[in-house]
Amino acid sequence: MATRLEVQKTYKLFINGQFPRTESGRFLKVIDKDGAFWANACRASRKDLRNAVESARKAQTAWNNRAAFNRSQILYRIAEMLESRRVEFEQLLIKQGTPNGKAKAELNEAIDAAVYYAGWADKYQQVFSSVNTVSGNYFNFSVYEPTGVVINIFGEDVNFSDYLNAVLSAIVGGNTIVNISSANTAPYVITLAETLATSDLSAGVVNILTGNISELISHAAKHMDVNAIVSINLTEAERLEIESAAPNNVKRIFQYNQLPEKGKTPYLILDLQEVKTTWHPIDSPIAGGNSY
Amino acid sequence: MHTKILSEFSIKPIDTVAIQERVSRLQKRSIKNEAKLTGLKLALSMIDLTTLEGKDTPQKVKQLCYKALHLHDDLPDLPTTAAVCVYPNFVGIAKKALMGSDVKVAAVATAFPSGQSNLEVKKIDTQMAIDLGADEVDMVISRGEFLQGNHNFVFDEIATIKSLCNGKARLKVIFETGELVTLNNVALASKIAIAAGADFIKTSTGKIQPAATPEVTLVMLEAIRDHFFATGKMVGMKPAGGISNAKTALQYLVMVKETLGNAWLSNQWFRFGASSLANDVVRQLLKQQSGMYQNKDYISID
Repeated sequence: MATRLEVQKTYKLFINGQFPRTESGRFLKVIDKDGAFWANACRASRKDLRNAVESARKAQTAWNNRAAFNRSQILYRIAEMLESRRVEFEQLLIKQGTPNGKAKAELNEAIDAAVYYAGWADKYQQVFSSVNTVSGNYFNFSVYEPTGVVINIFGEDVNFSDYLNAVLSAIVGGNTIVNISSANTAPYVITLAETLATSDLSAGVVNILTGNISELISHAAKHMDVNAIVSINLTEAERLEIESAAPNNVKRIFQYNQLPEKGKTPYLILDLQEVKTTWHPIDSPIAGGNSY
Repeated sequence: MHTKILSEFSIKPIDTVAIQERVSRLQKRSIKNEAKLTGLKLALSMIDLTTLEGKDTPQKVKQLCYKALHLHDDLPDLPTTAAVCVYPNFVGIAKKALMGSDVKVAAVATAFPSGQSNLEVKKIDTQMAIDLGADEVDMVISRGEFLQGNHNFVFDEIATIKSLCNGKARLKVIFETGELVTLNNVALASKIAIAAGADFIKTSTGKIQPAATPEVTLVMLEAIRDHFFATGKMVGMKPAGGISNAKTALQYLVMVKETLGNAWLSNQWFRFGASSLANDVVRQLLKQQSGMYQNKDYISID
């Protein structure tokens, strides 16, 4: 009797809410922890990167214009969707080489992070904005606005919760993102993409590419329509490449070995925010003083 | 009352499937490097930079004229656009702002965009544009009459406006193909307009969706080609509305070259009616020059 052939999954890219293959047609092999063939993953090209940035740019205004509370709801939805697929994620991580017990802990961390950032969505503004003292008949406010389009670049051995934290801390504040990681991460990052695609997140807010990081870094760093780059666990040479190419349009650059505070800190949100200070005239000082 | 409708115009039926296949084939042409650079600059030089809004002001028109002359001063050797396209009351302002340059002033007329008025009003509208110095007049056909089968009415209207323009301005005839429904109607309208003396045939006003599509454009280009084969006379083509990125513009140029040949590849015979296309072409040219993907914040606003 014929034995059944298992259906193999090819991991595609996540651009503008869709799952296209790379336009270049190139693929890389993903190897499991025992060195056996696992799957084919897309090797994204510079044009895939261009398309991803274009979709992130297009999505940014609408995403930022959503009510903070609505962004909070969507992030919480991500936590719900992750929880419902956690068994799949755990298996993927284990197959990739994460020890059995650690995979579960990692998923706990990741799902809790989604709830954590869902909580911050409508609060960081109140906690960190300020009313400043000025001498004159003005209110003076400093408030936060998103930096814009952010590229996250992940080196080898990035763990799942850092990957997710980088996503959440950027989008919670109204930024849209493009993630670049190696083909080996494809099983879990593209599964994450499938989760995000069903979490009420609008198309283009998160775009996910896999491939050879080294061939995409310079195009990402030079891109004039990218406002910030966050890197985790890159080599010294790769970091230098970003540092030297990215200032052409004064990109914000943050390079980490791993995210501080296990990726759960509001200061990661503020990294990708710009402070806007506005002066608002008032007719007369309130209650006879000019302490505002 | 039952009106007897007379039409002397007939066409061979259009094969829609063949048109679609031809279009899709031409769109797959890959244009790179020097050919792309040349194509992009050519596209810029063919643009009728357009503002046709109820909220247009003299200052907006002046700004548009400045942009037509200075598309992006950081890039050397950029052409100007072919023309600016405005409502008739702004022709004088545009004319003054463009004085001394080769950029033409085009005015829409004949109760643009609907064309719903009587011939007297349409003549006055056109005459005003010409008196103010318009180099080109963009008229609309009466789509209602056309769809009723009153083709002679449409012909007469175009011929009347043409007689006002004669020797003073080139006449572009807008079909508003989004309202003509079928490719057969587009081919028929092309034949009528060309017979009535159109210098250019133009797809759309930009106020109705769909505006210019590759299929409609190809049908019109073929009508121009057939007329050229029959009479040896050239007619210009202007797709307008919805062409907002450089890649699409290059695909249109491929269609022109493959259907009509090199003679039409100049702004004397081919135009794009567009507003945001210019910025996207500049963005692509900057990318070619610098090797870096560009941000529209560094290019002038429309």
